[in-house]
Amino acid sequence: MKLLVCVSKTPDTTSKIGFVNNGQEFDTAGIQYIMNPYDEWYALVRALELKEALGGSVTIINVGTADNDTVIRKGLAIGADDAVRIDADPKSAMFAAKQIAEFAKNENYDIVFLGKETIDYNGAEIGSMIAEYLDMPFISYATSLNLNGTTASISRDIEGGEEELEVDLPIVVSAAKGMAEQRIPNMRGIMMAKTKPLKVVPPVAFDDMAVTVSYTTPPEKTSVKLVDPSNMEELVRLLHEEAKVI
Amino acid sequence: MVLVFAESQKGQFKKPAFEAVTYGYKTAQQMGVNCVALALGAAGNPADLGKYGASKVLHVADASLDTLDSQVYASVIADVARQVAATVVVIPASTTGKSLLGRLAVRLDAGSVAGVNTLPQTDGAFRVKRAVFSGKAIAEYEVKSGIKVLSLMGNAMPPEVVGDVASVEAVSVAVPASKVRVKSVKRVEGIVPLPEAELVVSAGRGLKGPENWGMVEDLAAVLGATTACSRPVADAHWRPHHEHVGQTGIAIRPNLYIAIGISGAIQHLAGVNNSKVIVVINKDPEAPFFKAADYGVVGDAFEVVPQLTEALKKYKAG
Repeated sequence: MKLLVCVSKTPDTTSKIGFVNNGQEFDTAGIQYIMNPYDEWYALVRALELKEALGGSVTIINVGTADNDTVIRKGLAIGADDAVRIDADPKSAMFAAKQIAEFAKNENYDIVFLGKETIDYNGAEIGSMIAEYLDMPFISYATSLNLNGTTASISRDIEGGEEELEVDLPIVVSAAKGMAEQRIPNMRGIMMAKTKPLKVVPPVAFDDMAVTVSYTTPPEKTSVKLVDPSNMEELVRLLHEEAKVI
Repeated sequence: MVLVFAESQKGQFKKPAFEAVTYGYKTAQQMGVNCVALALGAAGNPADLGKYGASKVLHVADASLDTLDSQVYASVIADVARQVAATVVVIPASTTGKSLLGRLAVRLDAGSVAGVNTLPQTDGAFRVKRAVFSGKAIAEYEVKSGIKVLSLMGNAMPPEVVGDVASVEAVSVAVPASKVRVKSVKRVEGIVPLPEAELVVSAGRGLKGPENWGMVEDLAAVLGATTACSRPVADAHWRPHHEHVGQTGIAIRPNLYIAIGISGAIQHLAGVNNSKVIVVINKDPEAPFFKAADYGVVGDAFEVVPQLTEALKKYKAG
């Protein structure tokens, strides 16, 4: 089983979000970066479980600059065999997807895994883009994945429920909660990660077609209006007359 | 021309389809072009999409399109978009739309923006906004390609009836064989799914146990709201997994979110802070959720919630 896991670097969930340079750039000052949790907890761990059960290899891929190596090494410490970094600073989802697809197209991966979305841009676009470039089925929001030979049985989240399906490999899968449980790297894993291969590959040329031009932050909430717990008629009145939501 | 993919479920159009057509119609008006809707598979009443502004409705009735395969959908939608020379393609940012957007963009060699929440600026450069960082910021995108593909965030564009039924044309495009075999679809019946819900009543650990959800359901029933829950509640299996809102669950943006006994951890807020109005009921005045709330009630949920339900009943009775 040859498995590829796409990992992204994102600001920690608790980061204070701000922008500099007239709202044109993300303010990186004081930001703690982590591996995108959906990539780490669900996509990477499920890939490792499959490898442990069936043999094979797990490769991590990231599109980013050398700053991303810390996050990549963490993935190796959790248990991936090797890693590839496409050496570029992506400005659009399609740029990143194109780079990953270019690398993957001659490698014959059985499954390309990634998290359901990144916690910074929340776009959930890259998986379906990679799948289109590779001409593979794409299964999104997968909450479980089991293999029977070269057929995958997958459950996925849909609005207000779930869908169960079967699909033949190779596939691209985006993983959601339920797929696996977070693994904390142990000391041995961390030591081994230092010597595992991390290949740096130059990007292929790609012209971005959709780019961010500016960022703004929403207006701060005005302070909460407290309502006396014994006067719920007043809350109903406010929701009707002031907030106009009922 | 603006082409809108009007998603249907079990042969019925639902709110995301009407929202997308309304968005497509308004965008088309701005650009001085027509808005055309596209229905795939079983689709109850395609002509009705005209009411929301579609000048005509194209229908590919192939039965294999009744269930989603993003590969097949992208192929069909892209072929139709080229046939009608669409310059903007709008799809809903539903789970179907999210599986489809990137694929469609690659296929059309188009720039895409996921989950737009306002109309684009179309004079001069094509620019459009969406929420990023779980609602903590808004990013403006410029799309430079000839064709633009946008997915519309739910509850961002209320459907508006602007006309009458439209003519429906069957279109013939190649429908590739699906590689995905759907075995079962389980969907809760009779309630509005959370991502589409305008009113949501949500509860957390403060309720102490699943046996206490009766009052939450009563409140939701009076409001016509959908119920939701926080992560610990879903993890403990007090409530089904699909009710879990927050970072690892689903992100929603209802008009009204009532949070009962939820402290308001940042991971929970990430899923709900795009809600228009937030009401927090919590006995702890220091609960961080109050900082994100519009209205707050500091009190015991077991007393406050039944009283709120009674007050709403009186209000509904007129």
